[in-house]
Amino acid sequence: MPLFGSSDTDTRPDSKLDSKLPTGPIEQRWDTRRFDLKLVNPTNKRKYKVIIVGSGLAGGAAAASLGELGYNVECFAFQDSPRRAHSIAAQGGINAAKNYRNDGDSIFRLFYDTVKGGDFRARESNVYRLAQVSVEIIDQCVAQGVPFAREYGGLLDTRSFGGAQVSRTFYARGQTGQQLLLGAYQALERQIRAGTVKMFSRTEMLDVIMVDGRARGIVVRDLITGEVRSHMADVVVLGTGGYGNVFYLSTNAMGSNATAIWRAHKRGALFANPCYTQIHPTCIPVTGSHQSKLTLMSESLRNDGRVWVPKKAGDNRPPDQIPEADRDYFLERKYPSFGNLVPRDVASRNAKEVCDQERGVGPGGRGVYLDFADAIARLGADVIRSRYGNLFDMYERITDEDPYKVPMRIYPAVHYTMGGLWVDYNLMSTIPGLFVIGEANFSDHGANRLGASALMQGLADGYFVLPYTIGDFLASAGPDPMTPDVPEAKQTEAEVHDRVKRLLSIRGDRTVDGVHRELGHTMWDYCGMARNDAGLRKALDRIPELRKEFWSSVNVPGENESLNQSLERAGRVADFLELAELMCIDALHRTESCGGHFREESQTPEGEAQRDDENFSYVGAWEYSGDLSAPTLHKEHLEFEYVHPTQRSYK
Amino acid sequence: MNLTLKVWRQKSANDKGAMVAYEARDISPDMSFLEMLDVVNEELTLKGEDPIAFDSDCREGICGMCGCVINGQAHGPDHGATVCQLHMRKFKDGDTITIEPWRARAFPVVRDLVVNRSALDQIVQAGGFVSVSTGSAPEANSAPVGQAVAETALDAAACIGCGACVAACPNASAMLFMSAKVMHLGVLPQGQPERYDRVSEMVETHDRLGFGSCTNIGECSAVCPAEIPMDVISFLNRDLIRSRAGRGMKRA
Ligand SMILES: Cc1cc2nc3c(=O)[nH]c(=O)nc-3n(C[C@H](O)[C@H](O)[C@H](O)COP(=O)(O)OP(=O)(O)OC[C@H]3O[C@@H](n4cnc5c(N)ncnc54)[C@H](O)[C@@H]3O)c2cc1C
Ligand code: FES
Repeated sequence: MPLFGSSDTDTRPDSKLDSKLPTGPIEQRWDTRRFDLKLVNPTNKRKYKVIIVGSGLAGGAAAASLGELGYNVECFAFQDSPRRAHSIAAQGGINAAKNYRNDGDSIFRLFYDTVKGGDFRARESNVYRLAQVSVEIIDQCVAQGVPFAREYGGLLDTRSFGGAQVSRTFYARGQTGQQLLLGAYQALERQIRAGTVKMFSRTEMLDVIMVDGRARGIVVRDLITGEVRSHMADVVVLGTGGYGNVFYLSTNAMGSNATAIWRAHKRGALFANPCYTQIHPTCIPVTGSHQSKLTLMSESLRNDGRVWVPKKAGDNRPPDQIPEADRDYFLERKYPSFGNLVPRDVASRNAKEVCDQERGVGPGGRGVYLDFADAIARLGADVIRSRYGNLFDMYERITDEDPYKVPMRIYPAVHYTMGGLWVDYNLMSTIPGLFVIGEANFSDHGANRLGASALMQGLADGYFVLPYTIGDFLASAGPDPMTPDVPEAKQTEAEVHDRVKRLLSIRGDRTVDGVHRELGHTMWDYCGMARNDAGLRKALDRIPELRKEFWSSVNVPGENESLNQSLERAGRVADFLELAELMCIDALHRTESCGGHFREESQTPEGEAQRDDENFSYVGAWEYSGDLSAPTLHKEHLEFEYVHPTQRSYK
Repeated sequence: MNLTLKVWRQKSANDKGAMVAYEARDISPDMSFLEMLDVVNEELTLKGEDPIAFDSDCREGICGMCGCVINGQAHGPDHGATVCQLHMRKFKDGDTITIEPWRARAFPVVRDLVVNRSALDQIVQAGGFVSVSTGSAPEANSAPVGQAVAETALDAAACIGCGACVAACPNASAMLFMSAKVMHLGVLPQGQPERYDRVSEMVETHDRLGFGSCTNIGECSAVCPAEIPMDVISFLNRDLIRSRAGRGMKRA
């Protein structure tokens, strides 16, 4: 029996989900679409108002590009400067099918790897387009002055990155995200100066304004004055990032949140694959209950570090006293061809497994070693320092241990959310006039994202896809200026006001962080690296209770009319408490394992994720029904014409 | 460990503000400085008091959101690190720690330890970019950049825009911040066409926004979490002279 919505074997197209996929040979689909899209007359562009929420790689690139085209853009971010969006923290690099190395790469191979890496749960047409525009992204960024690593001859350097056998990852030391974002930020500042973009920093979007079934604006709160007001536009774009902070502890920045997409969901945008979460294998383990976030150690470390634990359970000798014979290099043992470079989901699950066998290391036993001793012996400490110096310093600063001498300790942590608002091929959600880009949408990574492909997707969406597709929507709609006095805006503003007032009036005995921490534990235990029926049902019992406790006993001090960080956090946590339930519902309904979604009931004899293509080869898109515990499922069936779904094998 | 904190509290930009003392109890040396403040804030909240406002986001030393003056030092005692990377093991049980916001004319206080740094964005707006619209870029490898040049550019581009340099400078100058951008773009071939206009426009804007002038004291570089060297300032000064000479010639 299906849990929700239509029967599992029903493959008729869902009327809610018109994915607008192009047809024809895959290499020509994007070209054909670009030609078919309507154009906005250049002199008319300034008559269209575009709202972009988010100034990360996706939002920043989009705002700059649309400003350059001449649209009248307003851009919003909750940080004090667009340069501080969470994209800044990306370390490892960005993929592109340049094939500078002559090592067998091509657009088709990047496409192939990404579809396979996503465990056959992404759309072929989208992924192919992503691989195509990856090439232009590098050109654009270099022209902006992004200082990518170079070879001696002055040409661009690349490295190989988790899960890929070719060298296609462009990087700038361990600061790739920072340098790419500064490129987009500078382009954005240029447009702000030119007057095409108006920037609203420290301004948080709290709702979408719907007029006649179309997104026509947003309600925001000025984080300094508390003023709640509406901004109207011809089209609204969300580039608001991922929702990994549902888990409380994650590698995301403290402020990363789901509010924008969750509010849009409640206004009618379908939420696709909410349970697809990426757990990154190489993060610094948790040290205590005070922990506020987790720190990623770039995946590139697995190029030279070897992962191991003691063979015997409970062996707590210091690492240098454990002889080779007593060590288990479990990734190399189980996956001889990929070894330490298996994709993230596989590496993470294996780390959990050895820790569950009580072979984990460090305080609490939730950790595995990432050992550089062999690499240092082979290449010398200087080479290792030149490759990873800043990461080693960061590790030492946090743990007070020197990784040149003692193996690092790492453990998986929540890192990225593949799920997000459902969008069609043109990046529009199920709400007309609401586009979603970057990590906030669900589009290109299926059930597992490969390393160095989120930066690629964010920039692809912002620089090269949205600027075309948004024009088509606007040209069809025609310019239609609207003021914030319309009743729909007033009504939405009033609702936002009420919610703020309600949060401030509870004055109970629990802190916002306290509730958030508890939600995080529940999610990590039951909807984390491994999920099962019983556990998910437990979470589904607990989350609505916790939500009730929040609304009756949380204490949000202070007032609305000034900078109030507790109030900001409270609003975000209130939304996490709702989204968490949807994630568990989605995880429960998908009884197969795929990519980052591992259902213990569905594994191969070797313990790998076992897909069920017959019943689950679809995107699960959820519609808000008015009852958080009973959303309606819609399915977009996935077709594979070019890459035939197989059991992924990294042996 | 147990500590005494003396923290700058100021309700709004117009409030006078004052130092207020708090006790921080049972602090673990493994906590980061901001996690220690989180603990203090949880207690304040439960007591019904307003928590201390401070900025942070990435808590990894890269976004530049955090920043305060700890015992008189911007970002505190750990060299080459932001306050979110500072750990409590750098302090001793019983220590008294003073915590204040960045103080500079161009950075008005918003609340407690939070200041308004939008003046830094305005400096970038004045010219801290390469004018290349999306889609117009040539093939990435068409202009080789020597490895050493790329490294120099990246050293300068590593600036996180936190504003510690301004807070540490007795003249409250943003010279290090601005020069880092001028040098990042100025050494790369992509940045050449606008090189001299960029520097003069950025400097004009910097001065107009109320930042002080640079007298080469070097406090900025000493506290910089990204360890931007003083060389960037000499680079800017050389370019500024050339820029002015060029403009003079145009006028003559
Ligand atoms: C530590 C770390 C390292 C990573 N390393 C890599 C890597 O090496 N390679 C790779 O490809 N990917 C990497 N990723 C993933 C990648 O960085 C992100 O997926 C990507 O940067 C997301 O970009 P974005 O533009 O979608 O969102 P973000 O950069 O998160 O931007 C979100 C924007 O939305 C704004 N915003 C959000 N909500 C609101 C609201 N309600 N109102 C107003 N504004 C709002 C924010 O202010 C911000 O400007 C990494 C991620 C992490 C956490
Ligand atoms: S919080 Fe990002 S640098 Fe400190």
